[in-house]
Amino acid sequence: MIMGDIAIRIENLGKMYRVGGPQERYHTLRDSLTDIVSAPFKRAQSLLRGQVYGAAGLHEEIWALKDVFFEVKQGEVVGIIGRNGAGKSTLLKILSRITEPTTGSVDIYGRVGALLEVGTGFHPELTGRENIFLSGAILGMSREEIDRKFDEIVDFAGVERFIDTPVKHYSSGMGLRLGFAVAAHLEPEILIVDEVLAVGDAAFQKKCLGKMDEVAGEGRTVLFVSHNMAAVSNLCSRSVLLSAGHLIFDGDSEVTIDHYLNGEQIASALTIFDESDHNDQREALITHLQIRDTHRVEKLTFSIGEPIRLEIGIYSDNAISDPQLGIGVDNALGQRIFTVSTRIQDISLPSIQGSATIVCELPVMMLAPGRYMLKLAFGAHLEDLDVITGIAGFEVLATDYFGSGRLFDARQGVIYVTPTWSFHQNLEIVDEPAQH
Amino acid sequence: MSVIDETGLENTKATKIEQAATGPISQYHLRIEPSKGWVSLKLRELWEYRELLYFLTWRDIKVRYKQTVLGATWAIIQPLMTMVVFSLFFGNLAKIPSDGIPYPIFSYAALVPWTFFAYGLQQSSNSLVMSANLLKKIYFPRLVIPISSVLSGVVDFMLAFLILLIMMLAYGIAPTINILFLPLFLLLAFTTSLGVGMWLSAMNVQFRDVKYTIPFITQFWMFATPIAYPSSLIENALLRTIYGINPMTGVIEGFRWALLKTDTAPRSIIIVSSLTAVLLLISGAFYFRRMEKTFADVV
Repeated sequence: MIMGDIAIRIENLGKMYRVGGPQERYHTLRDSLTDIVSAPFKRAQSLLRGQVYGAAGLHEEIWALKDVFFEVKQGEVVGIIGRNGAGKSTLLKILSRITEPTTGSVDIYGRVGALLEVGTGFHPELTGRENIFLSGAILGMSREEIDRKFDEIVDFAGVERFIDTPVKHYSSGMGLRLGFAVAAHLEPEILIVDEVLAVGDAAFQKKCLGKMDEVAGEGRTVLFVSHNMAAVSNLCSRSVLLSAGHLIFDGDSEVTIDHYLNGEQIASALTIFDESDHNDQREALITHLQIRDTHRVEKLTFSIGEPIRLEIGIYSDNAISDPQLGIGVDNALGQRIFTVSTRIQDISLPSIQGSATIVCELPVMMLAPGRYMLKLAFGAHLEDLDVITGIAGFEVLATDYFGSGRLFDARQGVIYVTPTWSFHQNLEIVDEPAQH
Repeated sequence: MSVIDETGLENTKATKIEQAATGPISQYHLRIEPSKGWVSLKLRELWEYRELLYFLTWRDIKVRYKQTVLGATWAIIQPLMTMVVFSLFFGNLAKIPSDGIPYPIFSYAALVPWTFFAYGLQQSSNSLVMSANLLKKIYFPRLVIPISSVLSGVVDFMLAFLILLIMMLAYGIAPTINILFLPLFLLLAFTTSLGVGMWLSAMNVQFRDVKYTIPFITQFWMFATPIAYPSSLIENALLRTIYGINPMTGVIEGFRWALLKTDTAPRSIIIVSSLTAVLLLISGAFYFRRMEKTFADVV
């Protein structure tokens, strides 16, 4: 066979989206009236021609992916990294045939299984048993295959007792486990996995990673997208780095991750989230994140110890009572440094309808220099309404905080501590606690 | 546990995978490229996904019967109540002729396939939008979605049809050998419903206006179809044949002929109706396939 050991060959791949540009301004009433009359016809015409975007009168072009070339060999486990909006999800969607490329081509040798979400196709009214069959069929398993693996799936998910209960009565953890269990028993030759590990608790994530590891060990080809650099470097020997739709680095995972952490510039203090960032519940949206200092100056790089102000935009059509917000701060390796939330501090916010901004002022923190990634979760009544992960947040600069002429080094830890030191020639050992 | 409470990601120790030895070379080869203009229907692939079609149909039926209090009874109530209203106003008051058949059974025999058609049309038109989450997360031939929506109406049809048989028994009308043709007329209703459903569902992704036009379409279509009245009101044979351009005319006349042995000699109507239905199906399928590439981006 000439094709040898290539599993995926991507050539000149590009994907263009059109997004809404500024609205045309009507000059006269007559213009607008004729437009009202003629627009439906224009739309109908373009609809029949299949030019859907033109139909809605939108014009700005955005290349989510452009000039991407790379090859993946059979059995290779490749990580795809890059910040939000770099084109990772678009690439996966093209590879899994959910959307078509605008330019270029992909050759895939082998059966592809894509796992872009946990629990794809689950229906809350159906029982666990029924959902296993449904989701399995949607993911491309035959009924015979599902029958054969059924017990294994149930066992892996640990839901034996509730297998005939409608999934709507499951806890979110159980639902996730069952969803992942079905997907994990897919046996494609090429597996494409999106940030599925970003959901669920630590034990669940561990289980997922373990399973991923197993799949990779079987010599199957895996493409893995994640913001968790530790997971990428553990699972993948090779990684590619995407930035603004371009493939900017391809090589050994450690080197690629290094490039990502050092080379990527945080673009703007204001991040406006788009479609691909949100999870699929749409009751409320986290619309944007604005990072400022305490004087409300837009900023992305802070000195060690400098307080940071985060302004998080929320939008909801319906009134959301008892809203809650949580912010997780991870370092560049994907380790969680700290989490703050209104819930844990028992802070009640007024109910939200329409747009609102929740401001979180982080006090003097002694974070080590480096880049920090944020995870935002907005919810109400113990339920998550929108979760956004992997936001390139702020950067802490290695400034000479102590004025000692020495800089803090990443090897020294993840936080600064400023203890009080004293020196005693002959410190008395006292039995009793010191007097206050 | 929700994300807000989450304490953090645990770093999992996983051993790094060295590149494994080359596995068996797969026989599958897939080429992904931008498609241009009209594309093939990929019927073979659709056939490969028949199990998914089965599961989605089964899900639609199951969920509907689980979620409604009256469940299966809805399948009967709707055509039955319409029949009662029609019998009162059109049969008793307006004294509309019914080809010598008792008016209630005359109209009910038409309402049963009509309800199947209208339900299929409505469900399939909204099907893509309702399945937005699936469209964005997984690949499968998208045609499976409207097809399963129309198919899920078959169970309702069966139930309503059972009532029809009981009514015929009550009126002492024995079915003739013509009943053997009935599945063909059901297929004709299915074809029409799916044909229109494919057009509308693909448009609905782009323009949610479509959703609001569906009640109008079904209402107008209903009165353009000989449900409350017989097509024999049109005396000119040529005009009657032209009336068959509405494929549901063929379905209804076919049903009445097969079950009640109406003497309207609907052969030419049925031929014209079948041609229109097939045309709708093919054009709908090609239009759907053409628009398909944009579904995941737009829906």
